[in-house]
Amino acid sequence: MTPHTKTALKPATGAVTLLIGTRKGAFLLRGDRARRTWKLSAPILLGHIVHHLVMDPRDRLTMLIACRTGHLGPTVFRSTDFGKTWKEAQKPAAFLKVPEGQQGRVVDHVFWLTPGHASEPNSWYAGTSPQGLFRSADGGVTWEPFSYINDDPQYREWMGTVQDGTPDGPKLHSIIVDPRDPAHLYFAMSGGGVHESVDGGKTFATLVRGLDVVEGFDAANIAVHDPHCVRLCPSNPDRLYQQNHCGIYRIDRPSNEWVRIGKNMPKQIGDIGFSIVLHPRNPDTVWVFPMDGSTVWPRVSPGGKPAVYVTKNGGKSWARQDKGFPRSDAWWTVKRQAMTADAHEPVGLYFGTTSGEVWASRTGGASWTCLARHLPEIYSVEAADLSS
Amino acid sequence: MTVFIPTPLRSYTRQKGEVDAQGATLGEVLSALDRRYPGLRFRIITEQDTIREHIRIFVNEEQARDLSAALRTDDEIHIICALSGG
Repeated sequence: MTPHTKTALKPATGAVTLLIGTRKGAFLLRGDRARRTWKLSAPILLGHIVHHLVMDPRDRLTMLIACRTGHLGPTVFRSTDFGKTWKEAQKPAAFLKVPEGQQGRVVDHVFWLTPGHASEPNSWYAGTSPQGLFRSADGGVTWEPFSYINDDPQYREWMGTVQDGTPDGPKLHSIIVDPRDPAHLYFAMSGGGVHESVDGGKTFATLVRGLDVVEGFDAANIAVHDPHCVRLCPSNPDRLYQQNHCGIYRIDRPSNEWVRIGKNMPKQIGDIGFSIVLHPRNPDTVWVFPMDGSTVWPRVSPGGKPAVYVTKNGGKSWARQDKGFPRSDAWWTVKRQAMTADAHEPVGLYFGTTSGEVWASRTGGASWTCLARHLPEIYSVEAADLSS
Repeated sequence: MTVFIPTPLRSYTRQKGEVDAQGATLGEVLSALDRRYPGLRFRIITEQDTIREHIRIFVNEEQARDLSAALRTDDEIHIICALSGG
């Protein structure tokens, strides 16, 4: 692997558009260069359940939407004009058909989209519920099962059944392509742990050492590991962070052991959440949005008081950032794809809530402003940097 | 035979609510429809050739449970979107 290029370390200066996926369609929230004024688009694919809406950073025009409706099966729509027009995939992600008499799996929804490596134009990866890994080599027009894991007996055991997964189905997510090497891949499964390939998906190895699991279960059992969101540092691809069902972690490769940096969070807040966001240029700076993981797992802001927590030293200590948020009675949750950062200086942070609000900070989390209200439940927020 | 198309699928049929199709079984009819309206079949039939959870298909007034249902040329097929929640 070659050292990461300095190009990625240069702050962005252009306008930012937020790509918002909701339970009832997608929206674009267009900002100006100063990130002060924002304009919400009309709904895109209104009524579709949109789990992820992602721009292709390689051309900054193509977007893919992972969606389904309440009645109709899963699919992907593609735009090549930054969201003006949309066309459905000709061959959506689907498991292989099994012989008569066997129980085959059915993709319920595409949950996660990741653009492929910069050296592989038009390549995309998709993670599904139930857990499946797919790849497109033609910009999302046709999708094929990727690697061997979808039908591998060991992986199927780790994936468990639909009953073993999250409330709306077990998921494969956090597909990561090392910016230095297209053959170096990571993905995570809820449940089913974190996995790494260094040979382009020919083989995968588990990467769960150091991760805690729910009390009473055996951490040696990969099936009980529940990573919620894994991110790779843009400024140091040997470092990854993870928000897990059981804490916040960091790993510095080539080590194979995660370190629970969430133990340094305030005890009354804890280190449970869905999302985790990394600074585009500083590998020591990370933001999380903690949620209440006590008793019956309410999965809301602890005490009804929303707050982001930031570490600027790789997790040794954390600071609360809540200026601008309601002081009480705000029972939000931020889902795993619904919090992101831009590449400006200071870094812009954005998240969408289960109550349909979009919040932003132009100051690296120091203060927050609500950009939009009354949207449907928000599943994903991505920041599209339109710098020239 | 006539196939009645529910509103969620009319983006595939150029907004037609009724279309003609031929086939000896429900599977053949849906495959013929998919050739004419690409993508329609996968939205209602899974990759394992089962009818999706919130889709019901009636031949005349009888519910078809799978794609092997035999059809006559004068049958009416109703695709129904049902019970998907709020």
